[in-house]
Amino acid sequence: MTAVIEVSGLTKRYGDTLALDDVSFSIEKDTIYGLLGRNGAGKTTIMSILTAQNFATSGSVRVFGEEPYENARVLSRLCFVRESQKYPEDASPLHAFRTARLFFPNWDQELADRLVDEFQLPLKRPIKKLSRGQLSAVGVIIGLAARAEITFFDEPYLGLDAVARQIFYDRLLEDYAEHPRTVILSSHLIDEVSNLIEKVLVVDRGRIIMAEDTDAVRDRAANIVGDTAAVDAFVAGRTVIHRESLGRVSSVTVMGALTDEDRRELSAHGLDVTPVSLQQLIVRATQNATGSTAASEEGSLR
Amino acid sequence: MVEEGKALFLQIAEGVEDSIIDGTLPEETQAPSTNELASFHRINPATAAKGITMLVDKGVLYKRRGIGMFVAPGARELLLTERRTAFADRFVDPLLAEARKLGLSPDDLVRIITDRTTTSATDEGSRP
Repeated sequence: MTAVIEVSGLTKRYGDTLALDDVSFSIEKDTIYGLLGRNGAGKTTIMSILTAQNFATSGSVRVFGEEPYENARVLSRLCFVRESQKYPEDASPLHAFRTARLFFPNWDQELADRLVDEFQLPLKRPIKKLSRGQLSAVGVIIGLAARAEITFFDEPYLGLDAVARQIFYDRLLEDYAEHPRTVILSSHLIDEVSNLIEKVLVVDRGRIIMAEDTDAVRDRAANIVGDTAAVDAFVAGRTVIHRESLGRVSSVTVMGALTDEDRRELSAHGLDVTPVSLQQLIVRATQNATGSTAASEEGSLR
Repeated sequence: MVEEGKALFLQIAEGVEDSIIDGTLPEETQAPSTNELASFHRINPATAAKGITMLVDKGVLYKRRGIGMFVAPGARELLLTERRTAFADRFVDPLLAEARKLGLSPDDLVRIITDRTTTSATDEGSRP
């Protein structure tokens, strides 16, 4: 696989705050990534440094093998859809799309027109008078129709209702199947995007704590539920990332895929196994990392 | 339809296998393409492709150049053998565990199974 983005030892400080702490990762060509993490974890900072809208304090960033800063060769191949994109005073969606069409060499006007229809976006209303959802739709349409080689969507769905979000996901998959390209999607709605993303990058407090195939993460952990004593006996020696008890019943989240032998042992002891969704796993992992056991837990997530 | 906790590509592959086993996808007919599976299940095409590749490796599907994927001859038999082997682990063990919990003996189970089989056979009439 070819890497289109390579980041090594990237650090970003805002005054005393360490926003990114020695981050290294690479992004493969023609793959959809989920960039996931809590608010303030560093997702937007990563995206804005990769698109040369922000400066790194130290470390190296290579996009298509080159330094992105003031590099038109690189920047014309990128599209960054920001959560709070600013548009000129009095601009309408029509103006925004006409400008985008000049800027992006692969712009597909037919796709843009179809999306305008589907999102029922009023083309001539000034952008400042659009609802939050309509404003998000403008960004989503530009991001999809630009067909840039690398597209960044930073929380693109604010204010979009469930129907509009589904339109976005469906059109993204559909267009990606016909025109494979690299997409980096940051999102809080992990369950909604977990089937769209091929790879997952989890950022927590300025560090990457997980960089893997989404499918590999899916059976990474399991909840073991049943009689507390039996559960404890089973989980002894395993990495426990979460524990809840109700009376004599416990539910414990353990890391590691279960073998057939594990499953037989569990059913013999009358213990139930319930799956851990990507969202639950990430919630547990990022909750955990705030505790003192962070170092050892993170090791097992890599 | 998508369950958590199990690799998505395996679930996609199992879905195609189910259609082969129940006869909706007969041998030597064209299997759904990667993009069709991806858009139907609303999943990443790479994941669907992984499921298809697994079925090709297993000898369930084969590729006709320039046309697409087809169900291999003997695929149904192969899948039946595989599923029958896994049947005890997947279905009987959990059944026995629940029966033990409820104090049902293996003889009780046999009686329940016989009863149910007779009832459902009368309900559904004679099926081919």
